[in-house]
Amino acid sequence: MVLNNIEKLLEKYDNGETTLQEEQQLKNYFSQETVAPHLEMYKPMFAYFSKSSKEQFTKQVPLKTKSSLYYKWLSVAAVGVLIFGFFYNSSINNTDEYTQTEKELAYQQVKESLHFVSKQLNKGTEKVSYLGIINTAGTQVDYLKEFNHPLRRIFKN
Amino acid sequence: MTQSDFLTIVTPFKDKVFRLAKRLLVSTEEAEDATQEVMIKLWKNKKNIKNYKNVEAFSMTMTKNFCYDKLKSKQAQNLKIVHNNYEDTQVGLQKQLEDSDSLDWVGKIMNGLPEQQKLIVQLRDIEQYEFKEIAQMLDMNETAIRVALSRARKTIKEQLTNTHNYGIK
Repeated sequence: MVLNNIEKLLEKYDNGETTLQEEQQLKNYFSQETVAPHLEMYKPMFAYFSKSSKEQFTKQVPLKTKSSLYYKWLSVAAVGVLIFGFFYNSSINNTDEYTQTEKELAYQQVKESLHFVSKQLNKGTEKVSYLGIINTAGTQVDYLKEFNHPLRRIFKN
Repeated sequence: MTQSDFLTIVTPFKDKVFRLAKRLLVSTEEAEDATQEVMIKLWKNKKNIKNYKNVEAFSMTMTKNFCYDKLKSKQAQNLKIVHNNYEDTQVGLQKQLEDSDSLDWVGKIMNGLPEQQKLIVQLRDIEQYEFKEIAQMLDMNETAIRVALSRARKTIKEQLTNTHNYGIK
């Protein structure tokens, strides 16, 4: 009786006319240990279908959140601001804000102060210049080396 | 939409997407890549996700198209040596071996089917979708699907019978 039913279902199954419930019935039947010998070939088929439906996707999918997009645009904006700032700054330096006389005055002042500095520096070097005497003294002391020669001769013998 | 919202939508069918991709692309790695690609596409369009009538069917269609593209692309024309997915199962009785062998046979027979039939068997017999849903996913009418399915099932049955009786008859 059961087998008869299964055979009918199988025929429908082969023609693609079974409903999901009927297919489930077939699956249950063929998951048994023993099936009718002439239906044996359906067994691996249904076993394969049930086995295949248990395979799982285990890989992690990297989901990027939106914030990374903001960071991207933030960096672009930062670079823009930097470049703008640079050009803006350099254009300020180029503009003629000072008049000719002011520039000359500044030049004179700088010149004066540099002059003063060099004067003071020269004074300093004058005072230090007598240190040169030490050098001449040093050369005079050099002849003391001459002592070494006779000494060596003496020790050799 | 936050990540967790997205995941609750996607989780129920991401395995189905993966299995469909694997059915078409055969290699597990390729299927993983395809699934990831589909998920990322969905994530990028997450604003529109609420407008889709059936996200699952939509993703399955997307997967199908993506895999077809993959198969057509030049990349797929190079012969690739695929590490078949060896499973570390315990060595069992001969019956167990025989069983797994015939299971492998079903897989091999299915790989030999035309792509459309492969798809339909996958969607119907493995994922157990209604004909209406399959029609929506594949953009075909139900009768055509039933015909293709019937052909595929008969082919599998015949080839299984042949291999089963090999050497006997």
